[in-house]
Amino acid sequence: MASPSAAKDLKQLMAWASPLRAGDALAGVAAPDAATRVRAQRELADTPLARFLSEPPVPYESDEVTRLILDTHDAGAFAPVSNLSVGEFRDFLLSYEADAAALSALAAGITPEMAAAVSKVMSNQDLILAASKIRVVTAFRDTLGLPGRLSVRIQPNHPTDDPRGIAASILDGLLYGCGDAVIGINPATDSVPAMETMLKLIDELVARYRIPTQSCVLAHVTTALEVMRRGAPVDLVFQSIAGTEAANRHFGISLALLGEAREAALSLKRGTVGDNVMYFETGQGSALSADAAHGVDMQTIEARAYAVARLFKPLLVNTVVGFIGPEYLADGKQIIRAGLEDHFCGKLLGVPMGCDICYTNHTNADQDDMDVLLTLLGVAGCNYIMGLPGAADVMLGYQSTSYHDAQYLRQTLGLRPAPEFEAWLEDMRVSSGNRLCEVQPSNLLMGEVK
Amino acid sequence: MDAELQNTDRVREAVAAGRAKADAWEALRRFTDARIALGRAGGSLRTEALLDFRLAHAEARDAVYTSFDPDALVKELAAAKIRSVRLTSAATNKADYLANPALGRTLSDASRKALSAMRYSAAPPDLCIIVSDGLSARAAQLHAVETVVPLTRKLADVGWSLAPVFVVPFARVKIQDEVGERLRARITLMFLGERPGLDSPDSLGAYFTYSPNSRSTDADRNCVSNIRHAGLAPTAAAGVLFRMLVLSRRLSASGVAVKDTEAQLK
Repeated sequence: MASPSAAKDLKQLMAWASPLRAGDALAGVAAPDAATRVRAQRELADTPLARFLSEPPVPYESDEVTRLILDTHDAGAFAPVSNLSVGEFRDFLLSYEADAAALSALAAGITPEMAAAVSKVMSNQDLILAASKIRVVTAFRDTLGLPGRLSVRIQPNHPTDDPRGIAASILDGLLYGCGDAVIGINPATDSVPAMETMLKLIDELVARYRIPTQSCVLAHVTTALEVMRRGAPVDLVFQSIAGTEAANRHFGISLALLGEAREAALSLKRGTVGDNVMYFETGQGSALSADAAHGVDMQTIEARAYAVARLFKPLLVNTVVGFIGPEYLADGKQIIRAGLEDHFCGKLLGVPMGCDICYTNHTNADQDDMDVLLTLLGVAGCNYIMGLPGAADVMLGYQSTSYHDAQYLRQTLGLRPAPEFEAWLEDMRVSSGNRLCEVQPSNLLMGEVK
Repeated sequence: MDAELQNTDRVREAVAAGRAKADAWEALRRFTDARIALGRAGGSLRTEALLDFRLAHAEARDAVYTSFDPDALVKELAAAKIRSVRLTSAATNKADYLANPALGRTLSDASRKALSAMRYSAAPPDLCIIVSDGLSARAAQLHAVETVVPLTRKLADVGWSLAPVFVVPFARVKIQDEVGERLRARITLMFLGERPGLDSPDSLGAYFTYSPNSRSTDADRNCVSNIRHAGLAPTAAAGVLFRMLVLSRRLSASGVAVKDTEAQLK
C-alpha cells in the first residue's frame, strides 16, 4: 500500500503527481516538495481508472469540454480496462499484448484525465514506447501517420506577409523534401484580404506542380469562415484550442463554432484521398495564461484539449510545446518532458499528434535540447514536425525545427515522407530514397526562381 | 597494401563528393530575411550555417541577460530636456522577473508612495510615458530615447501635457495601468524590450492604454512592435504612435477601435 500523499481531492492529487514544471509552481498547484510529488504518484497509481468518470476536475454544469468528455465516453470501449488502476493501466500499455489494434480500439474509452493520470506515473521511455505502438492515420491530399513515415509542415512565415518572401520559403522547403503535412502560414495580420492572398498563392503553387499536400493559413476560425463564404480555396481550417470552455472563450471559440467551420470546409470537398479538414494547435499553459485553468495542473488541462480536437476528426494536431515561455516551462528538461507527455496523451486518445518542438530566447533551452526532443519524438512515432528555414521563425521570433532537421530524422530513423508526397518528390527529382538530390537548374521547380 | 591504397582512394573520392553543397536557389534570398538556401552537408546544416545560428542565439540570450542602465537613460533624456523619474517594480532581479510575471506587473511600495506624492502636486497629465528593459535591455537602451524625443516634441506642439518619463526596470506591460491610475493619466504609453528574436535581439515594443486602470486588459491596448533600425525605425515609430495617440484621444478609446490607417485621420 502506498503511503497517502495527503492531497485533498483527485484534482490536487493529479497536480501534485505532475512532474515539476514552472507553470504549476506559478499557479500554486505543484507538490510542495519532491517526496510529496512521488507519494502522490504512488497514490495516483492505486487510483481506479473509473474514478475519473465520476470526479471531473472542471464541473460538468459549467464547462462544455467536461460535458463533451463525459457525454461521448464510450463505455463499451472502456469495459476491458474498467477494473484497472492507473498503475495497472501503465503496465498494460507497456505489455506486448497492447498492440496497435488493441490501443486503437481502446481510444474512445479513454478520457483525457485518464491519459494525463497514467502519463504522470510513466517515465520518459514509457511515454515513447507506448506512443510508438499507436498509429493515428489521417488524409486529405496525402496520407499522414502511417508506420515508418514522418511528415513535415512547411512554416514559411514572413514579418509582413509579403507573398514573394513567403513563396521563397515555401520553395526552399519543397526543395528540401518537406511540406507533406501542410504548407501552413501564420499570418502577421489576421485579416480576410491577407488570408485570401496567401491561400491563392499556395493554391496556385499546389495546382501548378500537382503537389499532393494541403494549405492552411493559421488565422482565427471566424476569419476562415468569412473567406470560405467569399469563395477562397480553403483546404484546412485552423484554430488554437484549449482544455476548458473558459480558455476556449478566451480564444473566441466554442465547440459549436468549430463544428460550423468544419461543416463549411467539408462542403468545399477539396480533399482527394481523405476528408480530415481541421488543423488544431495546443500547448500546456494556455488555459493558465488565460486565467481559465480552474486550479487544474497544466498537463491535465492540455490533455483535455485533445478531447476537443478528436471530436472534429482533424488532419493535424500539434502542441506548440515551448512557445509559451519560461514561466510555464522553465528549461529544456521541462520542454522535453512536456513534449513527450503531449504526444503520448494525444495518441492514446486517438489524435493525429505532431509537435512544434520549440523554445523562446528567454527560456533556458537551446537547439541541442530540441535535437533531443526531435530524436525522442521520432522514435515515438510522431506524425509530423515543423519545418522552418534554418529553424528560426522571422515573424513569431522563436526557434523550432528546420528542413535540415527533418532530413536528419528521416536518415537516422529510416523514416519516409507520406507515400503520395514521397512519389512526387521522386518525380520532381528532389529526393531519392532518404537522400536529397542535387537540384539542377533545369529542375521544374527552379522555374519559380526568377 | 593494395587493398589499403584502394580504401584510401575510396575515402578520397568520398571526401571530394561529400563536400558541402550550396543550394541552386540562393537568388531567392533577396525576398526574405528567413534563413533559406543555407546549403547542406548531406542533408545537414553546413558548419558555417550551424555556427551562424549559434552566434545569433547567443546574442539573443545575451540580450535577455544584459543589464539595464536606467541612470544612463535618465541622463540621455535630460540632455534632450525631458524630465524623467526612476521607479521600481516588485521584481528585484532578472531571475525573479522571468519566473514570476506578477512581480513585473506591480510597483514596489516605495514607488507607489512616490507616485501618490506626485499625484497631489500636479494636474492629471494627458500622457504618461514609461520605459522598461522588459526582455531586452539593449532595445530600451538603444531605441527608447530616440523614439520618445521626437514623439514628445510632436505632442507638445499640439498642446498635450506630459508626465515625466518613468524609467522602471524589470516591468511588464500591465504596470502601466497602476502608474496611470495613480496619476489619473488620460493615456499611458509603455516602451519595453520585446522577446528577443534570433535576428532581432534589440526590438522595442510600445503599448498604450486609454484610461488605464487595474481592470484594463490586453484587449484595451494598442501595440506597435519591432521598433529598431532594421525594422520600424524609431523616428518612424514616433510618427505612427503620434497618429494613433491623437486618434485614441479623439475616440476616447484604445484597443480594436484605434487602427493606424491614414483614412481614419482625414
